[in-house]
Amino acid sequence: MTEKQLLKGSVALAQGAIDAGCRYYFGYPITPQNDIPEYLSAALPAVGGVFIQAESELASINMVLGAAASGKMAMTSSSGPGISLMQEGLSYLAGSELPAVVVNITRSGPGLGGIAPTQGDYMQATRGGGHGDYRLIVLAPNSAQEMYDLAGEAFRLAFKYRNPAMILGDAILGQMKEPVMLREALSPPQNSPWALSGAKDRQPRLVKSLYLKDGEMTVHNLKLLDKYKALQEKEVKVEIDCPTRCDLIVVAFGSCSRIARTAVDRACLQGLKVGLVRPISLFPFPEKAVREEAQKAGRVLVVEMNTGQMLEDVKLACNGNSEVYFKSYPGGAVPTPEEIEKEIEVIVGKGGLRHVNSS
Amino acid sequence: MSIAAKKRVFASPASLTDNKFHFCPGCHHGLVHRLAAETIDYYDLSSKAIGVIGVGCGVFLYDYLAIDCCESPHGRAPAVATGIKRSNPDSFVVTYQGDGDLAAIGTSEIIHAANRQESITIIFVNNSVYGMTGGQMAPTTLPGQKTTTTPAGRQPVGDGYPINVAELISTLKGTAFAARVACHSHTHIRTARKAMRRAFQAQIEKRGLGLIELLSACPTNWRMTPQQSVRRLEAEMINTFPLGTYKDF
Repeated sequence: MTEKQLLKGSVALAQGAIDAGCRYYFGYPITPQNDIPEYLSAALPAVGGVFIQAESELASINMVLGAAASGKMAMTSSSGPGISLMQEGLSYLAGSELPAVVVNITRSGPGLGGIAPTQGDYMQATRGGGHGDYRLIVLAPNSAQEMYDLAGEAFRLAFKYRNPAMILGDAILGQMKEPVMLREALSPPQNSPWALSGAKDRQPRLVKSLYLKDGEMTVHNLKLLDKYKALQEKEVKVEIDCPTRCDLIVVAFGSCSRIARTAVDRACLQGLKVGLVRPISLFPFPEKAVREEAQKAGRVLVVEMNTGQMLEDVKLACNGNSEVYFKSYPGGAVPTPEEIEKEIEVIVGKGGLRHVNSS
Repeated sequence: MSIAAKKRVFASPASLTDNKFHFCPGCHHGLVHRLAAETIDYYDLSSKAIGVIGVGCGVFLYDYLAIDCCESPHGRAPAVATGIKRSNPDSFVVTYQGDGDLAAIGTSEIIHAANRQESITIIFVNNSVYGMTGGQMAPTTLPGQKTTTTPAGRQPVGDGYPINVAELISTLKGTAFAARVACHSHTHIRTARKAMRRAFQAQIEKRGLGLIELLSACPTNWRMTPQQSVRRLEAEMINTFPLGTYKDF
């Protein structure tokens, strides 16, 4: 039955995974994501699932790999340093074409860093992160509802494309309580034609990522590339809210986009012509939407809780055809709506750009 | 007696494929593969067995055993096996790992898999060197043994002592079976076959982790002939790595 509940983002995500059919979780404690394993340690066994607290993130991701090779919906969650340790396994998952969901409730870094909200793992998430030529599917929720919904969507995409998917959140999204509409729970997947189950009445199956013969690896890389192209064509998720005549678009994702939303609304109330583009899928990046809206407005303000990571994707999308401004909040700093609003005013002028030009 | 009436007394194991082994002359990996195949057939496991393969010369196990297989990142095979077994408890999960894979980079995964009493079977091949990468020092390299990274011979203080895996793993409560056997003579191979069965039996009876350590030769990286390698295994390796069963359920 569908129902509305007041849930913490981390719990919403964990329940979203269960309602999507996930029955296997392997993880290692790290702040600020411990609500996820703590919730699942009780909730998974209650639905016949398995929860293992592993000895390390290396073990966690490889347990995920084993369950994924068995065709099961498996996930892990961690934060910055733990996600770094998982990069080896993520590379193998991508190379072996296995579906899995990995959640990163980020910490600021580098190193042990801090536990305050940050978006400093954007590059690591969207560029693959581990060795070799691959990409993760990366989704960036901005509410408890989306933590719930995108957990299911991450599994759907991971299984459709047989590629690991990451949910990139932060401590705000993990800790914030909001109403969440729960959906009808789905059953776990059955009998994938590639899954290992024992070669009963069929030829043996093999899950591998080693390709040593001449040209084999090239063929494999191009096969993976086809998947990434298909993702870019079919699976882009973006929220666009730009007035027809717009002087500036603000581009922000995740928790930062909620603050940018307030700032943009305030600027619009002042009469400024400002829009908001929020990438929900960070890979595939909504390149076309950003390019088109940026071209129309001529100006883009990127706001991120890092020193400029998505900024590079926005610049690539604009390809030099729009002015790109950047407001940086690194190391756990969180913008206020007033600060972003002020930045908007600096770029388009207090009374609006056309007003400035005509005076 | 007609030819047709003759009783077949010896054949290649059904779960061993017809592919020719790629191993060097005198290497014991092929023999260990065969023992694994024989044991799979003995317990009729070929339709439920899943092999998890570590990184090393054994990585092509899937070319030789007609069972489902999954490659594992270096050292992580017990974690991958845990994920497979827990999500598919009716499967029979066996890892195949070398000494670099299990005793160096994968020490954490094997110890904690044993400690969780995972019902998985570990086939651990100890040939005292890194074979696939060209004969570098392994955690099992003997004191004084020359390798490509210990040109003056392994010095225990600084380079480390050989790690006795079977004994180490036997100390963990979750371990059901741990034994060390050797591959260099018919007598030893018969003992190895029995130990392999016990390592499988531990999983079949859900008693916990079963580990069989097999001392084997790497003539290429030992810079020896196969005959010299057999003599070295007998004369030198067994002194450092005593044969025996260290835990049996």
